[in-house]
Amino acid sequence: MASSDGARPVVEAQDIEKTYRMGDVLVPALRGVTLTVQPGEFVAVMGASGSGKSTFMNLVGCLDRPTKGKYFLDGQDVSRFSRDHLARARGAHIGFVFQGFNLLPRTSALENVELPMLYQGVSRKERESRAAQALARVGLGERLDHTPAQLSGGQQQRVAIARALVNRPKLLLADEPTGNLDSQTSIEVMGIFQELNELGLTILLVTHESDISEHARRVVIFKDGQVQDDHQVAHRRLVAPKGAA
Amino acid sequence: MNILASLRTALRALRKNKLRSLLAMLGIVIAVGAVVSTVSIGEGAKAKVASQMASLGANLLMIQPGAMQRGGVSSGAGAGQSLTRDDGAAIEKEVAEHISAVAPINRTGGQVIYGDANWSTSIMGTTAAFLAVRQWTLESGEMFGREEEAAAAKVCVLGNTVAEKLFGANSPLGEQIRVRHMPCKVVGVLAAKGQGGFGQDQDDVVVMPWATLLRRIVGSQSDSVGSLWVAARGAERVGDAQREITALLRQRHHTPETADDDFQVRNLTEMQNAANEQTETLSLLLGSVALISLIVGAIGIANVMLVSVTERTREIGIRMAVGARGRDVLFQFLTEAVVLATVGGAIGVVLGSGAARYMAIKADWPTLLSPPVMLGTMGLAGFAGIVAGFYPALRASRLDPIEALRFE
Repeated sequence: MASSDGARPVVEAQDIEKTYRMGDVLVPALRGVTLTVQPGEFVAVMGASGSGKSTFMNLVGCLDRPTKGKYFLDGQDVSRFSRDHLARARGAHIGFVFQGFNLLPRTSALENVELPMLYQGVSRKERESRAAQALARVGLGERLDHTPAQLSGGQQQRVAIARALVNRPKLLLADEPTGNLDSQTSIEVMGIFQELNELGLTILLVTHESDISEHARRVVIFKDGQVQDDHQVAHRRLVAPKGAA
Repeated sequence: MNILASLRTALRALRKNKLRSLLAMLGIVIAVGAVVSTVSIGEGAKAKVASQMASLGANLLMIQPGAMQRGGVSSGAGAGQSLTRDDGAAIEKEVAEHISAVAPINRTGGQVIYGDANWSTSIMGTTAAFLAVRQWTLESGEMFGREEEAAAAKVCVLGNTVAEKLFGANSPLGEQIRVRHMPCKVVGVLAAKGQGGFGQDQDDVVVMPWATLLRRIVGSQSDSVGSLWVAARGAERVGDAQREITALLRQRHHTPETADDDFQVRNLTEMQNAANEQTETLSLLLGSVALISLIVGAIGIANVMLVSVTERTREIGIRMAVGARGRDVLFQFLTEAVVLATVGGAIGVVLGSGAARYMAIKADWPTLLSPPVMLGTMGLAGFAGIVAGFYPALRASRLDPIEALRFE
């Protein structure tokens, strides 16, 4: 397992269980998952639908709390946090990228990227400059005023990535980020992820496409609410790093 | 998220759905507009009544001979002859503590003629005290005095309208006119006073010494007066004056303890209060209708906010995913509701002021817009927004981010 010089893990899940109640029936979604992600890792979580990977993703993303077990995010036990504390933790430490982009409609790219900073009490001026920087970093420096409807799918996803990065998160969570994109655009987006990872960002990616998971450096496979397989992948670069031509 | 940022977010959200926002605030617009215009119209009407009463003279008491019975037949008020010049003199002397002036007034009508011009007008016989009682001034010339009165001199003072009808732009001073059959010298012209409380032209009058009217025009040797007008020394003295005058006149008229007064003392302040009470009743009625429409307006906002929360479930999910806490979402939607209501209130204030102004011009009274009322109703509208927006906002804040993100 990758370990970077005794630094504390970004994600440390200890025997996590999650059970949903459907009427009178208890449905176990996670049945004892233990997983650690060290800083700088690029992990792809795979599994069939119903395998528990989405539930795991929601827990890691502080959108939900485990029924049993402990979850340390960057060393902090967030498994018993209140809703408000979870929201704080999300805003401060996690960046989300979704399959459906989830940008605010009829709102400019810049304002979409500013959104996470709004809830961290960042001043307006700083919000604007940081959002513009983040957009420039994903190659959309010229499209700050465009609304999602005026952008292609790939561009929308890049806005979403910029939004995920703007609070300098400890962890980038991507849920099927290429699910709505064509293969060429998918490769571009994965290229951005690789580049970010190389700059030190920890990424956890949920996907069901094995060719996408191959761009990660570690693959974790879920089945029936448990980790079935966990292995390293040989590094495969998609896009040459900037400046290397 | 700070207040400024929430406001900006709210405004942006409302701008994205202009028509709906407009419709949502319509109820509040109408309610606030109604309150502002009603209050202003009520105040205007009150001011008009007050100025009409003031044009009659301040702190005025009017004494008229009362109903009297002769052989079992009651005649109406003012028909009797129970009030005399001596009564007036006695009041002036005995109640001097509370009153400043007493003027007897008898009226008749008649034709006034000058050269080719003639005019039918009201002829009034009184004393010099008339000016003080009615708080009237002369535009030119002078008032007749005690000597003219004692001698029943053939002099008169013209009301502004009469002067204009007979003389046009020329000065009537020193000219001889005929009042009915009597030649009469014009010694003064009254300043224009305008419309009276009941719409009549107060300037359409010829004023002459009381004795001249009675002895020469009416041809009566009687000493009884049509009415006595009394000016109290101040608003707070009116009640005392009324009480003492009543006691004095009963004593002078030898009225038995058990009998009714054979005269009537009318207090113009009371009449004004009665008129104001009517206005207030009407204002209250309109005001309560306005309050009901405010409630309806608030329900409209609540309705729109509920729809908006459902429609924007995904947006709420996104906001929560990027770090919005429940209270941030609550605050955001509450702000939207309050902005809707307050902007609606502001539009209502503008429209209501406009309506009040229009009414004021139509009805010829001052436009009285009270800033506290305008701010108060706007505040009330804002409060209605909080009440209306709270439940929808609470629902939004309690959404589960995972489900909200999945919402289509």
